[in-house]
Amino acid sequence: MNLLQSAFDSLLGFALLWLAWRALASPDLFRAIVLFVAFGLLMALAWVRLDAPDIALAEVAIGAGLTGALLLGALARLKPEGVTKPTHEEKEQ
Amino acid sequence: MKKKSNKPKSITENGEREAPFRLLLAVLLSALAAGLGYAVLSLPSPPPGLSSHVAANLETSGVSNPVTAVLLNFRGYDTLLELGVLLLALLGVWSLGVAPEHHEPPPGPVLDMLTRLLAPLLILVAGYLLWVGAHAPGGAFQAGSVLAAAGVLLLLTGWRPGAGFSGLPLRITLAAGLGVFVVVGVVLMLLGGRLLEYPPSFAGALILLIEAAATLSIGTTLAALFLGGRPEAGPRR
Repeated sequence: MNLLQSAFDSLLGFALLWLAWRALASPDLFRAIVLFVAFGLLMALAWVRLDAPDIALAEVAIGAGLTGALLLGALARLKPEGVTKPTHEEKEQ
Repeated sequence: MKKKSNKPKSITENGEREAPFRLLLAVLLSALAAGLGYAVLSLPSPPPGLSSHVAANLETSGVSNPVTAVLLNFRGYDTLLELGVLLLALLGVWSLGVAPEHHEPPPGPVLDMLTRLLAPLLILVAGYLLWVGAHAPGGAFQAGSVLAAAGVLLLLTGWRPGAGFSGLPLRITLAAGLGVFVVVGVVLMLLGGRLLEYPPSFAGALILLIEAAATLSIGTTLAALFLGGRPEAGPRR
């Protein structure tokens, strides 16, 4: 296999692992959602590298786009109840 | 965070107490990852699967994209059940209550302009993805989610479905995908075939019909999920 390709693939794999870990470990839910969306976009790249453009399309549209929007909407509804931990700075508004 | 903690400081205490468990978890997960990696690396070079069967029967499926052939023809009932799951998810959300009154601030110039540009473009892309799914990557789910993205953008700018659409027309649109799928399956059974066994001469047209209805339903369902509740059918206050 091409050296450049394998370097790109391993970078992609490690970036995915790192993003997944950061998204799970982040105490700030807004940041976790943004990391999750970034994870979805990189995951789509990984699907393209695996020759699965169908799944990549679905991943971008549903995994990154709509799920991110749904999670952000859910977060906006959680906020007034004080369920989330107080963040250092207000992300909304 | 499995345990409910009322005060933020108790999280660090929990963290210290859970440290051995975390270590154990990390070791177990690493072992799992190593096992999975070994399994993938030791696969035979042409991995066993059904792709040769799909390739052999592709001509009878009515489409030339093997993914669409599997999703809509060879394993059509799988997609049928997926549409049912999506509809059930929306029913679950709707049963929780009416959509909250929207309190988004009026859209700024960027969101406003971007939505005006993107919403028609997204609808066009959805149509393209639906059409191209017959012979290239694309299909109903991708097209539907792009359509839903247009819907989400419109909802973000404060647009709401009018009272005329929120009642029966919306429900018909939501159920159309599953409905058309089931009707096609039942009619084919009445004509003497098995469930979703398309005659090869009509297969392409039937798949396009099902996919078109499914695209509309998926797009509307996902956008309605973003709305987060049953829209009020009556005249809005």
